[in-house]
Amino acid sequence: MLDFFTGHYAYWFTILLLCIGVYGILFKKNLIKKTIGLAILQISVVLYFVAIASKWDATVPVLDPNIPVDQVANYLNPLPHTLMLTAIVVGVATLGVAFTLLISVYNRYETLDEQELIDKIQ
Amino acid sequence: MKALKVLILVLFAAVLIYAAGDLPYRGDPDNLMHAERSITNTQVKGSYFIQNAYRDARTPNMVTVVLGDYRSIDTFGEQVVIYTAGLIALLVLRRTRTIRRRLEE
Amino acid sequence: MRRQFDSPIVLLGARLLSPYIMVFGWYVIFHGHYSPGGGFQGGALLAASILLMRVAGGRRVSRLQIREFATTPLAIIGVFIYFATGLTAMAMGGYFLDYEMLPLPGLDPPSLRYYGILIIEVGIGLAVMAILIMIFDNMVKGEDYA
Repeated sequence: MLDFFTGHYAYWFTILLLCIGVYGILFKKNLIKKTIGLAILQISVVLYFVAIASKWDATVPVLDPNIPVDQVANYLNPLPHTLMLTAIVVGVATLGVAFTLLISVYNRYETLDEQELIDKIQ
Repeated sequence: MKALKVLILVLFAAVLIYAAGDLPYRGDPDNLMHAERSITNTQVKGSYFIQNAYRDARTPNMVTVVLGDYRSIDTFGEQVVIYTAGLIALLVLRRTRTIRRRLEE
Repeated sequence: MRRQFDSPIVLLGARLLSPYIMVFGWYVIFHGHYSPGGGFQGGALLAASILLMRVAGGRRVSRLQIREFATTPLAIIGVFIYFATGLTAMAMGGYFLDYEMLPLPGLDPPSLRYYGILIIEVGIGLAVMAILIMIFDNMVKGEDYA
Protein backbone atom coordinates (compact mmCIF):
# COMPACT_ATOMS: atom_id res chain seq x y z
CA MET A 1 0.00 0.00 0.00
CA LEU A 2 2.77 2.41 0.94
CA ASP A 3 4.62 1.28 -2.17
CA PHE A 4 1.60 2.14 -4.31
CA PHE A 5 1.39 5.56 -2.64
CA THR A 6 5.04 6.49 -3.18
CA GLY A 7 4.79 5.30 -6.78
CA HIS A 8 1.74 7.36 -7.65
CA TYR A 9 1.50 10.50 -5.53
CA ALA A 10 3.33 12.60 -8.15
CA TYR A 11 0.63 11.74 -10.70
CA TRP A 12 -2.09 12.75 -8.24
CA PHE A 13 -0.50 16.13 -7.69
CA THR A 14 -0.28 16.80 -11.44
CA ILE A 15 -3.95 15.78 -11.75
CA LEU A 16 -4.78 18.24 -8.94
CA LEU A 17 -2.91 20.98 -10.79
CA LEU A 18 -4.70 20.09 -14.03
CA CYS A 19 -8.06 20.33 -12.26
CA ILE A 20 -7.11 23.77 -10.89
CA GLY A 21 -6.39 24.85 -14.46
CA VAL A 22 -9.71 23.46 -15.74
CA TYR A 23 -11.45 25.21 -12.82
CA GLY A 24 -9.92 28.51 -13.94
CA ILE A 25 -11.06 27.97 -17.50
CA LEU A 26 -14.60 26.89 -16.62
CA PHE A 27 -15.56 29.13 -13.71
CA LYS A 28 -13.76 32.44 -14.03
CA LYS A 29 -15.47 35.24 -15.92
CA ASN A 30 -12.44 37.37 -16.69
CA LEU A 31 -10.50 36.44 -19.80
CA ILE A 32 -7.12 37.14 -18.16
CA LYS A 33 -7.97 34.67 -15.40
CA LYS A 34 -9.00 32.11 -18.00
CA THR A 35 -5.61 32.52 -19.66
CA ILE A 36 -3.85 32.02 -16.33
CA GLY A 37 -5.84 28.80 -15.91
CA LEU A 38 -4.66 27.68 -19.33
CA ALA A 39 -1.04 28.30 -18.30
CA ILE A 40 -1.51 26.29 -15.08
CA LEU A 41 -2.96 23.41 -17.13
CA GLN A 42 0.05 23.47 -19.42
CA ILE A 43 2.49 23.45 -16.50
CA SER A 44 0.70 20.41 -15.07
CA VAL A 45 1.34 18.48 -18.29
CA VAL A 46 5.01 19.54 -18.20
CA LEU A 47 5.34 18.29 -14.61
CA TYR A 48 3.67 15.00 -15.56
CA PHE A 49 6.20 14.40 -18.33
CA VAL A 50 9.11 15.23 -16.00
CA ALA A 51 7.66 12.85 -13.41
CA ILE A 52 7.46 9.87 -15.74
CA ALA A 53 11.05 10.42 -16.92
CA SER A 54 12.54 9.66 -13.50
CA LYS A 55 14.28 6.48 -12.38
CA TRP A 56 15.39 5.66 -8.86
CA ASP A 57 19.18 5.60 -8.31
CA ALA A 58 19.83 7.30 -11.63
CA THR A 59 21.74 10.48 -12.33
CA VAL A 60 20.97 13.43 -14.59
CA PRO A 61 21.41 12.86 -18.34
CA VAL A 62 24.85 14.47 -18.48
CA LEU A 63 27.63 11.99 -19.14
CA ASP A 64 29.88 11.27 -16.17
CA PRO A 65 33.03 9.32 -17.15
CA ASN A 66 32.84 7.32 -13.92
CA ILE A 67 29.34 6.00 -14.60
CA PRO A 68 29.12 3.48 -17.45
CA VAL A 69 26.71 4.35 -20.21
CA ASP A 70 25.92 0.76 -21.19
CA GLN A 71 23.58 0.30 -18.25
CA VAL A 72 20.56 2.37 -19.21
CA ALA A 73 19.34 2.40 -15.61
CA ASN A 74 22.21 4.71 -14.63
CA TYR A 75 20.82 7.75 -16.43
CA LEU A 76 17.43 9.46 -16.57
CA ASN A 77 15.48 9.26 -19.79
CA PRO A 78 16.52 12.37 -21.81
CA LEU A 79 13.65 12.29 -24.31
CA PRO A 80 10.79 13.70 -22.12
CA HIS A 81 13.16 16.38 -20.82
CA THR A 82 13.91 17.52 -24.36
CA LEU A 83 10.25 17.59 -25.35
CA MET A 84 9.31 19.64 -22.30
CA LEU A 85 12.25 22.02 -22.78
CA THR A 86 10.88 23.12 -26.11
CA ALA A 87 7.29 23.00 -24.85
CA ILE A 88 8.04 25.49 -22.05
CA VAL A 89 9.50 28.10 -24.41
CA VAL A 90 6.73 27.63 -26.96
CA GLY A 91 4.24 27.93 -24.10
CA VAL A 92 5.70 31.30 -23.08
CA ALA A 93 5.54 32.53 -26.67
CA THR A 94 1.95 31.41 -27.18
CA LEU A 95 1.02 32.98 -23.84
CA GLY A 96 2.42 36.21 -25.25
CA VAL A 97 0.18 35.77 -28.29
CA ALA A 98 -2.82 35.19 -26.01
CA PHE A 99 -2.15 38.38 -24.07
CA THR A 100 -1.61 40.25 -27.33
CA LEU A 101 -5.04 39.18 -28.51
CA LEU A 102 -6.53 40.17 -25.15
CA ILE A 103 -4.96 43.64 -25.42
CA SER A 104 -6.41 43.91 -28.90
CA VAL A 105 -9.86 42.85 -27.62
CA TYR A 106 -9.67 45.37 -24.80
CA ASN A 107 -8.67 48.17 -27.16
CA ARG A 108 -11.74 47.50 -29.24
CA TYR A 109 -14.47 46.59 -26.73
CA GLU A 110 -13.16 48.25 -23.51
CA THR A 111 -13.96 45.16 -21.44
CA LEU A 112 -12.56 41.73 -20.65
CA ASP A 113 -15.60 40.26 -18.90
CA GLU A 114 -17.03 37.30 -20.74
CA GLN A 115 -20.74 38.18 -20.52
CA GLU A 116 -20.26 41.87 -21.28
CA LEU A 117 -18.11 40.93 -24.25
CA ILE A 118 -20.81 38.63 -25.67
CA ASP A 119 -23.41 41.37 -25.22
CA LYS A 120 -21.21 43.94 -26.94
CA ILE A 121 -20.37 41.71 -29.87
CA GLN A 122 -24.04 41.02 -30.64
CA MET B 1 -25.64 25.54 -13.68
CA LYS B 2 -22.70 26.09 -11.38
CA ALA B 3 -23.46 22.85 -9.52
CA LEU B 4 -23.37 21.00 -12.83
CA LYS B 5 -19.96 22.45 -13.61
CA VAL B 6 -18.65 21.43 -10.18
CA LEU B 7 -20.04 17.94 -10.71
CA ILE B 8 -18.33 17.68 -14.12
CA LEU B 9 -15.03 18.84 -12.65
CA VAL B 10 -15.18 16.40 -9.74
CA LEU B 11 -16.10 13.52 -12.05
CA PHE B 12 -13.23 14.49 -14.35
CA ALA B 13 -10.78 14.44 -11.44
CA ALA B 14 -12.18 11.11 -10.21
CA VAL B 15 -11.79 9.49 -13.62
CA LEU B 16 -8.23 10.76 -13.94
CA ILE B 17 -7.21 9.58 -10.46
CA TYR B 18 -8.83 6.19 -11.06
CA ALA B 19 -6.96 5.85 -14.35
CA ALA B 20 -3.67 6.96 -12.76
CA GLY B 21 -3.78 3.82 -10.60
CA ASP B 22 -2.85 1.71 -13.61
CA LEU B 23 0.15 3.85 -14.55
CA PRO B 24 3.58 2.32 -13.91
CA TYR B 25 5.26 3.25 -10.65
CA ARG B 26 7.21 6.47 -10.81
CA GLY B 27 10.94 5.88 -10.92
CA ASP B 28 10.70 2.15 -11.55
CA PRO B 29 13.72 1.24 -13.75
CA ASP B 30 11.87 -1.79 -15.13
CA ASN B 31 9.31 0.41 -16.87
CA LEU B 32 8.67 -0.36 -20.50
CA MET B 33 9.66 3.16 -21.52
CA HIS B 34 13.03 2.76 -19.77
CA ALA B 35 13.83 -0.68 -21.18
CA GLU B 36 16.39 -1.27 -23.91
CA ARG B 37 14.11 -3.29 -26.21
CA SER B 38 10.38 -2.74 -26.55
CA ILE B 39 7.79 -5.54 -26.52
CA THR B 40 7.98 -5.79 -30.30
CA ASN B 41 11.77 -6.13 -30.00
CA THR B 42 12.65 -2.78 -31.51
CA GLN B 43 15.12 -0.29 -30.04
CA VAL B 44 13.63 2.11 -27.47
CA LYS B 45 14.61 5.64 -28.41
CA GLY B 46 15.38 6.98 -24.94
CA SER B 47 17.79 4.13 -24.23
CA TYR B 48 19.39 4.56 -27.64
CA PHE B 49 20.01 8.25 -26.90
CA ILE B 50 21.62 7.41 -23.54
CA GLN B 51 23.94 4.82 -25.04
CA ASN B 52 25.01 6.55 -28.24
CA ALA B 53 24.83 10.30 -27.62
CA TYR B 54 28.47 10.73 -26.64
CA ARG B 55 29.72 8.45 -29.38
CA ASP B 56 27.72 10.27 -32.06
CA ALA B 57 28.33 13.91 -31.16
CA ARG B 58 31.13 13.94 -28.50
CA THR B 59 28.89 16.02 -26.24
CA PRO B 60 28.31 14.89 -22.63
CA ASN B 61 24.89 16.53 -22.26
CA MET B 62 22.44 14.07 -23.80
CA VAL B 63 19.54 16.52 -23.75
CA THR B 64 21.52 18.91 -25.95
CA VAL B 65 22.34 16.13 -28.39
CA VAL B 66 18.72 15.04 -28.64
CA LEU B 67 17.60 18.66 -29.02
CA GLY B 68 20.19 19.72 -31.56
CA ASP B 69 21.03 16.60 -33.49
CA TYR B 70 18.52 13.74 -33.38
CA ARG B 71 15.44 15.96 -33.23
CA SER B 72 16.88 19.06 -34.88
CA ILE B 73 14.09 19.44 -37.43
CA ASP B 74 11.57 19.41 -34.58
CA THR B 75 13.57 22.16 -32.84
CA PHE B 76 13.59 24.14 -36.06
CA GLY B 77 9.82 23.90 -36.13
CA GLU B 78 9.62 25.14 -32.55
CA GLN B 79 11.83 28.08 -33.40
CA VAL B 80 9.62 28.99 -36.33
CA VAL B 81 6.62 28.80 -33.97
CA ILE B 82 8.10 31.29 -31.49
CA TYR B 83 9.20 33.52 -34.36
CA THR B 84 5.62 33.50 -35.65
CA ALA B 85 4.42 34.36 -32.14
CA GLY B 86 6.67 37.42 -32.10
CA LEU B 87 5.46 38.47 -35.54
CA ILE B 88 1.83 38.10 -34.41
CA ALA B 89 2.51 40.36 -31.42
CA LEU B 90 4.11 42.90 -33.75
CA LEU B 91 1.42 42.86 -36.44
CA VAL B 92 -1.77 42.60 -34.36
CA LEU B 93 -0.91 45.44 -31.98
CA ARG B 94 0.39 47.70 -34.72
CA ARG B 95 -2.80 47.28 -36.73
CA THR B 96 -5.15 48.10 -33.86
CA ARG B 97 -3.16 51.23 -33.05
CA THR B 98 -3.50 52.61 -36.58
CA ILE B 99 -7.23 51.89 -36.64
CA ARG B 100 -7.72 53.72 -33.34
CA ARG B 101 -5.73 56.70 -34.57
CA ARG B 102 -7.85 56.82 -37.69
CA LEU B 103 -11.02 56.70 -35.60
CA GLU B 104 -9.82 59.53 -33.39
CA GLU B 105 -9.10 61.84 -36.30
CA MET C 1 -1.10 54.02 -17.71
CA ARG C 2 -0.08 55.78 -14.57
CA ARG C 3 3.51 56.96 -14.34
CA GLN C 4 5.79 55.07 -12.07
CA PHE C 5 8.05 57.11 -9.85
CA ASP C 6 11.69 57.37 -10.78
CA SER C 7 13.67 55.55 -8.14
CA PRO C 8 17.47 55.84 -8.27
CA ILE C 9 17.84 52.83 -5.97
CA VAL C 10 15.86 50.53 -8.27
CA LEU C 11 17.81 51.83 -11.27
CA LEU C 12 21.14 51.30 -9.50
CA GLY C 13 20.18 47.76 -8.48
CA ALA C 14 19.08 46.92 -12.01
CA ARG C 15 22.28 48.39 -13.46
CA LEU C 16 24.30 46.32 -11.01
CA LEU C 17 22.48 43.05 -11.78
CA SER C 18 21.88 43.29 -15.50
CA PRO C 19 25.45 42.69 -16.84
CA TYR C 20 25.94 39.65 -14.63
CA ILE C 21 22.66 38.11 -15.79
CA MET C 22 23.72 38.72 -19.38
CA VAL C 23 27.15 37.10 -18.86
CA PHE C 24 25.45 34.16 -17.19
CA GLY C 25 23.11 33.86 -20.18
CA TRP C 26 26.05 33.60 -22.60
CA TYR C 27 27.69 31.10 -20.22
CA VAL C 28 24.54 28.96 -20.23
CA ILE C 29 24.45 29.01 -24.04
CA PHE C 30 28.10 28.14 -24.60
CA HIS C 31 28.42 25.70 -21.69
CA GLY C 32 25.27 23.85 -22.68
CA HIS C 33 27.34 20.96 -24.00
CA TYR C 34 28.73 20.11 -20.58
CA SER C 35 26.04 21.12 -18.09
CA PRO C 36 22.30 21.74 -18.07
CA GLY C 37 21.69 24.63 -20.43
CA GLY C 38 21.39 25.50 -24.06
CA GLY C 39 19.92 27.97 -26.45
CA PHE C 40 16.41 28.26 -25.03
CA GLN C 41 17.45 28.80 -21.41
CA GLY C 42 20.32 31.13 -22.30
CA GLY C 43 18.11 33.19 -24.59
CA ALA C 44 15.54 33.55 -21.83
CA LEU C 45 18.29 34.77 -19.47
CA LEU C 46 19.58 37.31 -22.00
CA ALA C 47 16.04 38.59 -22.47
CA ALA C 48 15.66 38.78 -18.67
CA SER C 49 18.72 41.01 -18.34
CA ILE C 50 17.45 43.43 -20.98
CA LEU C 51 13.85 43.40 -19.74
CA LEU C 52 15.13 44.20 -16.24
CA MET C 53 16.68 47.39 -17.57
CA ARG C 54 13.51 48.19 -19.51
CA VAL C 55 11.28 47.82 -16.47
CA ALA C 56 13.60 49.64 -14.07
CA GLY C 57 15.03 52.39 -16.26
CA GLY C 58 12.22 53.18 -18.65
CA ARG C 59 12.41 53.83 -22.32
CA ARG C 60 14.99 56.63 -22.16
CA VAL C 61 17.65 54.43 -20.53
CA SER C 62 16.87 51.13 -22.22
CA ARG C 63 17.03 52.61 -25.71
CA LEU C 64 20.79 52.92 -25.21
CA GLN C 65 21.07 49.16 -24.75
CA ILE C 66 19.00 47.73 -27.58
CA ARG C 67 16.53 49.72 -29.65
CA GLU C 68 12.99 48.66 -30.34
CA PHE C 69 13.36 48.35 -34.09
CA ALA C 70 16.50 46.20 -33.69
CA THR C 71 14.67 43.19 -32.26
CA THR C 72 12.98 42.06 -35.48
CA PRO C 73 16.25 41.83 -37.47
CA LEU C 74 17.87 39.97 -34.54
CA ALA C 75 15.07 37.39 -34.55
CA ILE C 76 15.43 36.98 -38.31
CA ILE C 77 19.19 36.53 -37.91
CA GLY C 78 18.64 33.87 -35.25
CA VAL C 79 16.24 31.84 -37.38
CA PHE C 80 18.45 32.36 -40.43
CA ILE C 81 21.54 30.96 -38.64
CA TYR C 82 19.63 27.74 -37.93
CA PHE C 83 18.18 27.50 -41.43
CA ALA C 84 21.48 28.35 -43.14
CA THR C 85 23.26 25.59 -41.20
CA GLY C 86 20.73 23.08 -42.48
CA LEU C 87 20.91 24.43 -46.02
CA THR C 88 24.72 24.37 -46.03
CA ALA C 89 24.70 20.71 -45.06
CA MET C 90 22.17 20.08 -47.79
CA ALA C 91 24.22 21.96 -50.38
CA MET C 92 27.31 19.91 -49.53
CA GLY C 93 25.47 16.70 -50.39
CA GLY C 94 23.88 15.56 -47.13
CA TYR C 95 20.40 15.71 -45.70
CA PHE C 96 18.83 18.82 -44.18
CA LEU C 97 20.62 19.57 -40.87
CA ASP C 98 23.07 16.71 -41.39
CA TYR C 99 26.07 18.22 -39.59
CA GLU C 100 28.55 15.69 -40.97
CA MET C 101 28.58 17.57 -44.26
CA LEU C 102 29.42 21.00 -42.84
CA PRO C 103 32.46 22.50 -44.61
CA LEU C 104 34.73 22.78 -41.57
CA PRO C 105 38.14 21.31 -42.51
CA GLY C 106 40.12 18.81 -40.49
CA LEU C 107 37.43 17.44 -38.18
CA ASP C 108 35.94 13.96 -37.82
CA PRO C 109 32.15 13.52 -37.91
CA PRO C 110 31.51 13.60 -34.12
CA SER C 111 33.42 16.87 -33.78
CA LEU C 112 31.51 18.28 -36.75
CA ARG C 113 28.26 17.43 -34.97
CA TYR C 114 29.63 19.13 -31.83
CA TYR C 115 30.24 22.39 -33.69
CA GLY C 116 26.98 22.12 -35.61
CA ILE C 117 25.03 21.88 -32.36
CA LEU C 118 26.97 24.89 -31.00
CA ILE C 119 26.11 27.01 -34.06
CA ILE C 120 22.40 26.27 -33.90
CA GLU C 121 22.32 26.89 -30.13
CA VAL C 122 23.64 30.41 -30.72
CA GLY C 123 20.94 30.91 -33.34
CA ILE C 124 18.23 29.68 -30.96
CA GLY C 125 19.52 31.96 -28.18
CA LEU C 126 19.48 35.06 -30.39
CA ALA C 127 16.00 34.32 -31.68
CA VAL C 128 14.49 33.61 -28.24
CA MET C 129 16.05 36.77 -26.76
CA ALA C 130 14.85 38.97 -29.60
CA ILE C 131 11.33 37.52 -29.63
CA LEU C 132 10.76 37.84 -25.89
CA ILE C 133 11.89 41.48 -26.03
CA MET C 134 9.72 41.99 -29.11
CA ILE C 135 6.59 40.71 -27.35
CA PHE C 136 7.25 42.95 -24.32
CA ASP C 137 7.93 46.04 -26.45
CA ASN C 138 4.78 45.59 -28.48
CA MET C 139 2.64 45.05 -25.39
CA VAL C 140 3.74 48.29 -23.74
CA LYS C 141 4.04 50.32 -26.93
CA GLY C 142 2.26 53.65 -26.82
CA GLU C 143 2.19 53.61 -23.04
CA ASP C 144 4.73 55.43 -20.97
CA TYR C 145 6.32 52.73 -18.87
CA ALA C 146 8.44 54.39 -16.17
